[in-house]
Amino acid sequence: MKKLITLVLLLASLTVLAQEKIPVTEADYGNNTVEMADRMRADGKIYVLVGIIGIIFTGITVYLVSTERKIAKIEKSITTQK
Amino acid sequence: MRQSWWKILAVVLLLYTIVAGLLMDVPRLPILNETIRALHFHVTMWFGMILMLMVSVYYSFRYLRSNNLQHDDMAIEFTNAAILFGVLGITTGMLWAKFTWGDYWSGDPKQNASAIGLLMYFAYLILRNSLTDVQQRARIGAIYNIFAFAAFIPLIFVLPRLTDSLHPGNGGNPGFNAYDLDSKLRMVFYPAIIGWTLFGAWIATVRVRMRRVQRVLEDQLINS
Repeated sequence: MKKLITLVLLLASLTVLAQEKIPVTEADYGNNTVEMADRMRADGKIYVLVGIIGIIFTGITVYLVSTERKIAKIEKSITTQK
Repeated sequence: MRQSWWKILAVVLLLYTIVAGLLMDVPRLPILNETIRALHFHVTMWFGMILMLMVSVYYSFRYLRSNNLQHDDMAIEFTNAAILFGVLGITTGMLWAKFTWGDYWSGDPKQNASAIGLLMYFAYLILRNSLTDVQQRARIGAIYNIFAFAAFIPLIFVLPRLTDSLHPGNGGNPGFNAYDLDSKLRMVFYPAIIGWTLFGAWIATVRVRMRRVQRVLEDQLINS
C-alpha cells in the first residue's frame, strides 16, 4: 500500500515539470502542409505494422509469463524439500 | 498467480499504448512528423528508468538499515531493469535524433549527461561483481547506488536545463513540454509511463525470485 501511494504521488508530481509552452491547437491536427504518413494509413498498411509490433510484444510477454511460471515451480519444489 | 493484477494491467496498458500510440491522431508538426509518436516509446523509457531507480534506492536504504539480503536483491534487480530501459532509451533516442536533429549524436548536453549516467550504472555492476563477499558487496553496492542516483538526477534533469539543449524543455527550447497542453497525447503518454514501468518492475521481480532460488540452492549445497 505504501509503495502504491508513493507511486501515485510521484506520478502526480510529474505534471509540475512544465515550463514555457507553445500551445498545440486544433489547427495543428489539420495542418496538411506537414508531411505525415497519410498514404500508409490510406492503404491500411499502418494496421499491419500495429499488428507486427503487437505480436512481438505479446510474444515477449508470453515468454516472461512462462519464465515466471518455471521459477514458481522451482520455488515450490524448494519449499517442499525443506 | 500471486498478485498478478498489476502484471495484467501492465500488458493491457502497453497494448493500448502500441495501438493508440501508433494510430491516434497526433499534431502535425514540422520536422517531427510522425516521429512525435516516439513520445510514447522513447520518453517513457526514461520515465520508467527513473521510477525503477527510485525503487532501487529505496531498497538500498532498507538494506543498509536491515542488512537483509532480500532487500539487496530488489535493489540490484531494479537497477538492472532500469539500466535495460536506459540503454533502450539512449539507442532509440539516437535513432530519433538522426531523423530530427540530423545526427545520431550531436553532443547535446542531455545526451552526454545520460551517457555519463549510464556509465555510472555500468560501474555499479562492475563494482558489485568485483566483490566476493555477499554482505560486503551488498553494503558497498547500496551506498554506491544511493550516491549514483543522487548524481544522476541533477545530471539529467538539472544540468541540461542550465544550458542550451536540443532536448525539449531545456534551455531556450520549450519543445515537448508544449504538448503538455495537448490532452490527446497525454491520454496515451501517461498510461504508457505506467505500463512500461510496471513491465520493467515485472522483469525485475522475476529476476529477484531467480536470485532467491539460487541463494537457497547454494545454501543447501554448503550445508549438505
